[in-house]
Amino acid sequence: MSNAAIDLIIIGAGPAGMGAALEARAHGMSVAVLDKQASPGGQIYRQVLEADARRRAVLGDDYNVGAKLAADFLQCGARYLPNAAIWQVTPQRQVHYLIEGRAEVLQARHLLIATGAFERPMPIPGWTVPGVMTAGAGQILLKSAALVPACPLVLAGCGPLLYLLAVQYLRAGIAIEALVDTSKRGDLLRAWRMAPAALRGWRDLLKGLGLLAELKRAGIRHVRGACNLEVEGTDRARALVFDSEGQRQRIPAELILLHQGVVPNTQISWSLRLEHNWSEQQLCWVARRDAWGETSVPGIFIAGDSGAIGGAGVARLEGRLAALAMAGQSAQARPVQQALHRARAARPLLDALYRAPPGHRIPADDVTVCRCEEVSAGDIRRYVDLGCLGPNQTKAFGRCGMGPCQGRQCGLSVTEIIAGHRQVTPAEVGYYRIRSPLKPITLAQLAGETLPVEEPS
Amino acid sequence: MSADCLFRPLASNPHTVQIEFEGTSLSVPGDVSLAAALLASGIRHTRESAVNGRPGAPYCMMGVCFECLVEVDGHANVQACLVPVRPGLRVRRQRGAADLALREVCADE
Repeated sequence: MSNAAIDLIIIGAGPAGMGAALEARAHGMSVAVLDKQASPGGQIYRQVLEADARRRAVLGDDYNVGAKLAADFLQCGARYLPNAAIWQVTPQRQVHYLIEGRAEVLQARHLLIATGAFERPMPIPGWTVPGVMTAGAGQILLKSAALVPACPLVLAGCGPLLYLLAVQYLRAGIAIEALVDTSKRGDLLRAWRMAPAALRGWRDLLKGLGLLAELKRAGIRHVRGACNLEVEGTDRARALVFDSEGQRQRIPAELILLHQGVVPNTQISWSLRLEHNWSEQQLCWVARRDAWGETSVPGIFIAGDSGAIGGAGVARLEGRLAALAMAGQSAQARPVQQALHRARAARPLLDALYRAPPGHRIPADDVTVCRCEEVSAGDIRRYVDLGCLGPNQTKAFGRCGMGPCQGRQCGLSVTEIIAGHRQVTPAEVGYYRIRSPLKPITLAQLAGETLPVEEPS
Repeated sequence: MSADCLFRPLASNPHTVQIEFEGTSLSVPGDVSLAAALLASGIRHTRESAVNGRPGAPYCMMGVCFECLVEVDGHANVQACLVPVRPGLRVRRQRGAADLALREVCADE
């Protein structure tokens, strides 16, 4: 493998990464795309090129549009490195990764982080019990393994992915005991009044309403306005318990798929010490970017959901826009900017409509927050009482966030729990200090790393 | 495959492979991740917490949560959702932290 600096390294082969690669190649840039999966598409178009007719029919049009993008991407002349686990990225734009068990490094002139999103943690009592997974996990099993639930199933939480998965399971003939929805029936009108500009995004909204109508036609039990969700069971999930219409209710289930929206995967951007803001609209950290996606470190860009949640359409356009800027072609960007403006229109409404409720983000004392180190919300509040000021200090107090997931599953909860207990803003509390290795690497692999020939500029 | 599975293949005659889980031979769907294969084969928990022994199972299926850590062919802390299942894999639950005796396994390579 050549060690000369590449014009553009893209991390992530989802819609943002593929969109950027196509645009950058069209302007003659040399491009390398690293991705942790075995085939392009990201989570949204996962294994779209391998899906058979049955799977495509179940997953629907919004999935199938990814096939052309992925096929075009594979043809575009970018060097594509699948199955790459990135364990370190430096501000000098070196990307260190493991591939087939070997450690390698690439040097870039420009770097685009397009690592997408993952699901917002939903720390409710019992969320650590086997049989509880995320709705995204259910969908990944459908996309990547053609596996469907084989036991009594409940979907719970809120957000478009929950409805989409329910419809996909319906199309596959899977029985759903109930869809336990934390959003309320009148929420749409209320949210609409708050964000009237969302009318420009009516196509996205109609799609959502279509999903709800499909569920209604199928006669799925759809509980609205549920709160205080709790999973019953210790060795395995037995039931979902919740409050609705003033009553405690219980629905037996062995598989409980939770979802309350997605949040940017900021692991790399934090590790680079980029500047981040707390987004009150999306209740998560977002790296500071200019209109082209360039971060506080010149030459390092972020596009798509890893910057802020916008969905696949926005991600692809942001990827193209960043590539145009990096290729020195910003004069050509106007159509992309206009399309982005339209594609983003519905987002404020979706954010307001499917805002994760406080009780499911900032749980009671007995709920486990850090799954790796088994630290509860009450433990964290006790640390605060003892003088702990922010997430990074919880590590010293009780190893919170120090397990293998490196805070990915607890970070947002820890920030909000501390902010709530100290009665300050999440921005004041801050986040974990994320350090490499971002993925497990052995000393033998580290010792065998081949260094790039060119010195970083 | 056990009737006690959380998941099943959408197809009626899926391709299967033989692996070993906790010393017992297991027939699992092929062409999928190890975590997916275990979920479709009646394996309800795949690790036990290093802190308190709590049973853990695949949760996010996309490499984020590290709940699906297993030991594969003597290598500890493998994310089962990120490795493809292959015939003959010897898989054990990740129990507690990685065993330091692993050094010998690595030194042999």
